[in-house]
Amino acid sequence: MTMVAPEPQLTPVFSYPESLAHVPTHYCPGCTHGVAHRLIAEVLDEMGLREDTIGVASVGCSVFAYRYFATDFAQAPHGRAPAMATGVKRANPDQLVFTYQGDGDLASIGAAEILHAAVRGERITVFFVNNAIYGMTGGQMAPTTLAGQKTASSPKGRDVATSGAPLRMSELLAQVDGAAYVVRRSLHDVVNIRRAKKAIRQAFEVQRRGLGFSMVEMLSTCPTNWGLKPEEALSFVRDEMVPAFPLGDFKVPAEMQERPRGGRAAAASAEGTAP
Amino acid sequence: MAVELLKGNVAFAEAAVRAGCEAYFGYPITPQTEALEHMAKRMPALGRTFVQAESEVAAINMVYGAAAAGVRTMTSSSGPGISLMMEGLSYMAGSEVPAVLVDVMRGGPGLGNIAPAQSDYHQLVRGGGHGDYRQIVLAPASVQELIDLTTLAFDLADRYRIVAVVAADGSLGQMMEGAELPPMRDLAERPDWAVTGARGRAPNVVSSIHLDPEELEAFNHHLQAKYATIAANETRAEAHLLDDARVAVVAFGTSARVAKTAIAAARAEGIAAGLLRPITLWPYPEAELRALVDRVDALLVVEMNTGQMVEDVHRIVQGRVPVRFYGRTGGVLPMPEEIVDAIREAVAVPGGAPSPAAQEVPA
Repeated sequence: MTMVAPEPQLTPVFSYPESLAHVPTHYCPGCTHGVAHRLIAEVLDEMGLREDTIGVASVGCSVFAYRYFATDFAQAPHGRAPAMATGVKRANPDQLVFTYQGDGDLASIGAAEILHAAVRGERITVFFVNNAIYGMTGGQMAPTTLAGQKTASSPKGRDVATSGAPLRMSELLAQVDGAAYVVRRSLHDVVNIRRAKKAIRQAFEVQRRGLGFSMVEMLSTCPTNWGLKPEEALSFVRDEMVPAFPLGDFKVPAEMQERPRGGRAAAASAEGTAP
Repeated sequence: MAVELLKGNVAFAEAAVRAGCEAYFGYPITPQTEALEHMAKRMPALGRTFVQAESEVAAINMVYGAAAAGVRTMTSSSGPGISLMMEGLSYMAGSEVPAVLVDVMRGGPGLGNIAPAQSDYHQLVRGGGHGDYRQIVLAPASVQELIDLTTLAFDLADRYRIVAVVAADGSLGQMMEGAELPPMRDLAERPDWAVTGARGRAPNVVSSIHLDPEELEAFNHHLQAKYATIAANETRAEAHLLDDARVAVVAFGTSARVAKTAIAAARAEGIAAGLLRPITLWPYPEAELRALVDRVDALLVVEMNTGQMVEDVHRIVQGRVPVRFYGRTGGVLPMPEEIVDAIREAVAVPGGAPSPAAQEVPA
């Protein structure tokens, strides 16, 4: 009698999300677009919505988002993703529709489209990846560029007197009645990444319940155009961007607000609440 | 269906509803706003989509989204708004999605005025947006034809996955005349390429990006082949009293309608005049025009602009027959007597200088 050793029963603890396509991305080392993509894909998997989702890609580094998600996707002109998503959603009211936009796309050329999508309370979810710079075109000043920050088009640093101060879109959009859920998160460390994932799930829930427009802003890195190493870029987000773009919940529907639980959770929550 | 007294703007909007338009996106602009107002009433009542967009830029991109999702969709506007839509029209050409656009043309350039004009010809026929692309352009000359060509525009747009434009003008949009609406059609099924959620199938992507130059070149050749097929199958023109004509007027839309009155007057005084009326401005009825070259003594192009379509006429006839031009612009309509004068001149000196009337500045 031959003894056959039983195969070890391994439980996978980490795998490739079904909602992400198995292709290499073009993102630079240390860029947090990949993290944001993965979080969205994980949430779609967990909600079982991959086949009921339509993404709308924007123009910028995330222009190829349609290659990386295993969902239906449309690709919009620069800044127009919220308008295009409006058409997609109105034609497919039962589908989950999201846009994925950078700060040049959303806060500059697409300022009108994002504002009025919120005004109409479009049942779409917007992922706003804010890295304070135009990445795809090689590091020019964006509306979100920090005061004094050097970029290819602000070589002496952003001069607030002539170029204005950084535009805080989440605070702006939270003022709009049609916006149901507007929060800002950061992708610079594990704790914040986990909070971002939770917000992504909540934003999709807001859309599924038909409560209105939802947006998750994610502070992100651009090591290439910032001229920083990946770990320095993460520190830049923590030390320079978070003070200029406070993390927090700017608008959350009453039925989704959590009660303070005391202890560490309450402290974390307080830390993450906008003034 | 019975003949009703219908305003042009309402007529084409209702024709769109009956052709199965499921989503209308628009922005108010004179002289087409009655179309938007009609859709604001009709579309929600039918459970369909009406959105008043924040701008024409947004409106055309909403159309792009609904078209990507595979529903029949449209917008309507006039010159200044059409200019803002050029971005979206180029993207839609690049991603081959079908949609209908109605341009109720007004006087330009700039804010111009709200009176009828045909000065968006270059913008609509030559492309307007960036890149090597075409869109089907249909030119109605009556309220009935506004209805019929709007219906046709939806069918052609779907058949060829292309933007189909109805090039009307302020007088057609604002006039009321008897016309018959078609019956209500059933809504079409979604095409298999549309973004509807990838349930039980591989994901669909609607995009106009081809980063690799050779891939983009191949895509452009694919588009050109499609355009050649459209040109072969979908060119439309009306020949009016051309069989014995010595002078052929070439005019579209409202200009052609005025020209018909002028041609009747010219014939009453013994001048054998006729009319070639392009119904498709793209594809242009080149064969029909070329066939006139050896049969007439002169061509007279009449437009409500300073001479845009006449460039196509020159390109096609290649100097083999004299081409004269008469145009009124700035929102001024040509009068039949003015066109009769131009016809008389064409008979007197077929190869003469351009009509002085064309350069006449109204007092």
